[in-house]
Amino acid sequence: MSEPVLRVKNLKVYYYVEAGAVKAVDDVSFELDFGVKMGLVGESGSGKSTMALALMRMIKPPGKIVGGQMILGGTDLVKLNEEQMRQLRLSRLAMIPQGAMNSLNPVMRIDKQLIDGMLDHNVIMSNEERVKRVNELLEMVDLPPKVAKMYPHELSGGMQQRVTVAQSISMEPDLIIADEPTSALDVVIQRQVMETINRLQQRLGLSVILIGHDMGLMAQTVDRLAVMYAGRMMEIGETRAMFHRPLHPYTELLIKSLPVLENKGVFSGIPGITPSLLNPPAGCVFHTRCPKAWGLCEETTPQFVEAEPGRWVACHLITA
Amino acid sequence: MSTPLLELKNVTKIFGTKKEYTVALEDMTFAIQENFPKIVTIAGESGSGKTTMGMLMLGFYSPTFGSVLYRGQPLAELDRDTRFKYRREIQAVFQDPFAVYNPFYKVDNLLSIPIKNFKLARSKSEAHELMEEALERVGLRPEETLGRYPHQLSGGQRQRIAVARALLLKPKLLITDEPVSMVDASLRSTILKALRGLNRDFGVPLFYITHDLTTAYHISDFIIILYHGSVMEVGNVDTIIRNPQHPYTKLLVSSIPWPNPDLPWGGTEDMIQKSQVAFKKITGCKFAPRCPYRFDLCETKAPDLFMIEQDRAASCYLYRDNEVLKREELSRVFVEA
Repeated sequence: MSEPVLRVKNLKVYYYVEAGAVKAVDDVSFELDFGVKMGLVGESGSGKSTMALALMRMIKPPGKIVGGQMILGGTDLVKLNEEQMRQLRLSRLAMIPQGAMNSLNPVMRIDKQLIDGMLDHNVIMSNEERVKRVNELLEMVDLPPKVAKMYPHELSGGMQQRVTVAQSISMEPDLIIADEPTSALDVVIQRQVMETINRLQQRLGLSVILIGHDMGLMAQTVDRLAVMYAGRMMEIGETRAMFHRPLHPYTELLIKSLPVLENKGVFSGIPGITPSLLNPPAGCVFHTRCPKAWGLCEETTPQFVEAEPGRWVACHLITA
Repeated sequence: MSTPLLELKNVTKIFGTKKEYTVALEDMTFAIQENFPKIVTIAGESGSGKTTMGMLMLGFYSPTFGSVLYRGQPLAELDRDTRFKYRREIQAVFQDPFAVYNPFYKVDNLLSIPIKNFKLARSKSEAHELMEEALERVGLRPEETLGRYPHQLSGGQRQRIAVARALLLKPKLLITDEPVSMVDASLRSTILKALRGLNRDFGVPLFYITHDLTTAYHISDFIIILYHGSVMEVGNVDTIIRNPQHPYTKLLVSSIPWPNPDLPWGGTEDMIQKSQVAFKKITGCKFAPRCPYRFDLCETKAPDLFMIEQDRAASCYLYRDNEVLKREELSRVFVEA
């Protein structure tokens, strides 16, 4: 088996506030192979967005990466200094932000915004090459060439989001992190954007981490699924297998709470609320809401282990 | 037939100037009877006019042409007392559970102000009782919610307080504009449950404005699909979602991301990619430029609504041999399957 594109090991990201340390990402490990799309799901406050920021090394104080490794193609991102990290952003790993409208510069034309990052990374291009590259990028995300000379406000939400996708692939990185790229868009546009990302992923052989809470979208788009809860990784596996046979009770409840066509009018949420990350419950973080919790769950934190090939889970029901 | 509670009569809403304008809603006629305890979804993409329709019903926009009638009287001409009654009987729950609260006041305000304004309680203790009762109805514990500030509550809790507020006034009609779109997926079901409980237990008709057909399917009885201000398909939600007939509805339904990896997105590439079309020059069917079934007629004249089955109709020439559903009889298709 080849070396994975990304290997995260025992990553810990804490926010230090007056009341103590908020363990937003606590001891998370996973691997991502080349050309794989992985979905990272969880409720609000599960640490999924912190995870994304940590991978980009964009955690700001009071947040801090406290421990662990993030190895991207042999380089441990945690150990890099800011300048080295800046060189890697966009060229090796890039991010598609959540709200395109807030991440594009309103007073800069699209063509300039597309190559701005490349120029910043000292890519030397003649004027003709720049025009050519802009057109190539626009074509890759199915936007007409005239968009190059437009301003963001002249584009619809879906088109703006495609521009951010084009930006992220401008230097053909190995890994793209997409943080809820379509949560502000409606179903048809959401589908267009996702299909664009899928096509690029195949064409350029990218690895993608798609962050979100929409399990429906995940079921439609990703190869592997990672489920986070209260800062910890609960389960990782192949999407289809996870949906058909969830191993962790949390995954099971999450999937059960989804509205499906056959079951009209049945609403089942997950009872209880997410615990405070300041004082997470002892033992398994999910035991307070878990219908299958037993003695051991309140005492020790379950290990995150490979239960089956390619299937990792942190639950005493599986490991004990 | 009795006078409807609320009625849209040939309502058209146009935004912009004479030179540059957008028709947000075009010639909409629709009536809601008082004793119609059903949930009706108004669905469509961004820019379909669904929110405009809600705003017109709430009297926040005035129509460019046509009129909105409350118990037979145009909204603009209501006298003080009737207007007061209208404000109480037609209630709303909005999209953003963060924006409806003043961060400086405790959440109690959202509940106590309507009690004061509409003189619902004679004493402070009676007011308190009302508030507690309303909160319990939506599954919140009063002792955990009252006396708190908005930032101390989750989005789901805040949205449920907004539902409790609407409930307090015992409305005759509830208009909800994307009430769950900003709430976490796991909390959606509790809010939808609260809304449906309100509808079932008090017999309040409910308008659910959304672009999310998954929740629309689960919560509502009937659906109106809008596209650029015009009705595309209307009728029973089960029939329409399970077996869409209008090409636009087909596109929408096939794009629903069902949480099932074995049920992939369907539909044709053609419709999906051609979304950016200019709308100014369109005289015929608005969906024609994206429609794979279009023919000459579609581009010359906008189609009427044609009955497909007794519980639904579509504005599409593919069904032109069927009986025409008159616009003013739109609710005729609102029958149980």
